[in-house]
Amino acid sequence: MDEPLIARGLRRTTLPRFLLWLAPWAALLALGAWAIFLCFAEGLNQTNMDNRFAFGLWIYLDLTVIALGAGAFFTGFLLYVLKRKELRAVVNSAVVLGFLCYSGAILILMVDVGQPLRAWFTFWHPNVHSMLTEVTFCLTCYLLVLAIEYAPVVLRSRKLRDLLSLLVLEHQLHKVMAVFAAVGTFLSFFHQGSLGGLYGVMNGHPFSYRASLGIWPSTFFLFILSAAAAGPSFVLLTTWVVSKLSRKELVKPEVLRFLGKVSGWLLLVYVGAKGVDSLVWLNATSPRAGVSPASFYAYPSFGTWILFLEVVVLGLVPALLLVSERARARTGLLVLASALACCGVALNRFVQTIQTQALPTLPFDAFLSYSPSWQETAAFLFVVAYGVLVYSISFRYLVLFPEERELAKG
Amino acid sequence: MEPTANPRERRHRYGMVIDLDRCTGCGACTVACSVENNVPPPPERSTERTGVVWIRVSEAQDPRPAGARSVFVPVPCQQCDDPPCEKVCPQRAVELDPKTGIVAQVAVRCLGCRYCMAACPYHARSFNWFRPEWPDGTAALLNPDVSVRQRGTVEKCSFCAGRLQAAKAKAAAAGSREIDPADYVPACVEACPSRAIVFGDLEDPSSEVARLARESESFRLLPALGTRPKVLYRSVEPWVRASLSQPEVSRG
Repeated sequence: MDEPLIARGLRRTTLPRFLLWLAPWAALLALGAWAIFLCFAEGLNQTNMDNRFAFGLWIYLDLTVIALGAGAFFTGFLLYVLKRKELRAVVNSAVVLGFLCYSGAILILMVDVGQPLRAWFTFWHPNVHSMLTEVTFCLTCYLLVLAIEYAPVVLRSRKLRDLLSLLVLEHQLHKVMAVFAAVGTFLSFFHQGSLGGLYGVMNGHPFSYRASLGIWPSTFFLFILSAAAAGPSFVLLTTWVVSKLSRKELVKPEVLRFLGKVSGWLLLVYVGAKGVDSLVWLNATSPRAGVSPASFYAYPSFGTWILFLEVVVLGLVPALLLVSERARARTGLLVLASALACCGVALNRFVQTIQTQALPTLPFDAFLSYSPSWQETAAFLFVVAYGVLVYSISFRYLVLFPEERELAKG
Repeated sequence: MEPTANPRERRHRYGMVIDLDRCTGCGACTVACSVENNVPPPPERSTERTGVVWIRVSEAQDPRPAGARSVFVPVPCQQCDDPPCEKVCPQRAVELDPKTGIVAQVAVRCLGCRYCMAACPYHARSFNWFRPEWPDGTAALLNPDVSVRQRGTVEKCSFCAGRLQAAKAKAAAAGSREIDPADYVPACVEACPSRAIVFGDLEDPSSEVARLARESESFRLLPALGTRPKVLYRSVEPWVRASLSQPEVSRG
């Protein structure tokens, strides 16, 4: 029925089957939309956040999807700036993923703030000392860059390319894409870093506070590194999942292996830096704030196992697997290591957001727990459903993997 | 634009010393503060952690194994000289007034992102999780000198800034630039039946608050964090001073 819209040379499932795939996600989207409506209409009392647990599931989600969405800027950087041509096979998909991650994060951020209509105030009278100001500026600008990077993929669709003016625009955009990739990389470095800085500057919380390197806390650099490491892994993982779900070969195995190699080396550097940072934090920064380092892990919910899990199981192990050529040669191990790397970054963002607030500071305060309300969970699932729906539609009608056609011919 | 300081205007550093040996935990300070500053009553659905409170009274237990004693600790905004909330706010809704040392929360500029709440180690800030509502007829009792805040914004103790403005207006009417210290007393100080809270200008060495602040029984909450609060506490009990100066996390 919709064959004229599907790019030439691509084989896609029938429209009814495609709609059947979309249906549950659309239902989830509707549920999430209802939860978001409740939050706007009734206020944030619909959540389980409170005066002590002021950040919850949504901030954690924002940090995680933005870290995973880093695959867009890093793939673009490798392709357009460092000229790694083999990444042309996945750059479109990476850009769509990046756009979805960033737009989803901004959407949920608008629900999360109490006065979303005042969001423009940050641009009008910004506090230049706030990490959140830097995040807001860079996120907004980078979403615009991602939209520009997404545009040629849409303009190249089968129907739109019939319009000559759009085809010319697509061609012109393509010619300047290296500039946007460079701008995107610059912006990404800053907002990924500033997201880490959000917690690193909080001198009121010895658990998250870190010593500064220049004007930035060390978490600024750790967040950049970890996002750059997890981004390619996420592109690898999604490519593999889409390939399995669609039962099609989308890229040559070497492309996935290259993504894994990039991710692995960056992850190894990150784990090393994280180790040094942890030693400085535990032995110098925290004692200066009057805190015994072991006490951070004295509560059963967040024992030292969480540090071990984050740095070793979900950091060092996937890094060593991904840098090993033999391990990369086995697709199962490659995908497993990428999944572990993505989980490691997600756990890091969880620790920074949740553990920081759960640990008491005042002597008469208790360890706090928090579990999200159904509205928070549904709003979270709204973003997931939005991502799956837009990606699925993009995959069906746009060329996300340029090598697919060639590989299908065999 | 930053406010330009008038060289003829004297700088103040308002602060308070709370005597924990005198505090009975009656909560009169909390009630007086709420009435003075139009703090909305908590709705039925709210919990201890979702209501708005500008000065909460907590109880700290003696941490020693044989210790069975406790002390009540009123915690308003600590009015830090280096406020962690001010530097994190993305749109300058938190301002440290260099002329008074008071950390102000500009409610009409607040985005409601709650980053300031996450950054404050004293948990002295409240978010309006609910739409503020005053039960039948009580809206007529609101203090006209203090604006009410909207749902979705953060608020906190302002050292009764409305009273400071009134004192300034009174001084100006009398042709003076300086207020009479007796005209500027926050509601909690006034309401405390055991006179546990002493308020004044820490820059004025002759003031009682400055004298008390200098005494060895006085201390700050979590001094190692470097926030330099202008709210100090005092107790003759060494265990109170020792236990309240250390972050809880250090005890694990």
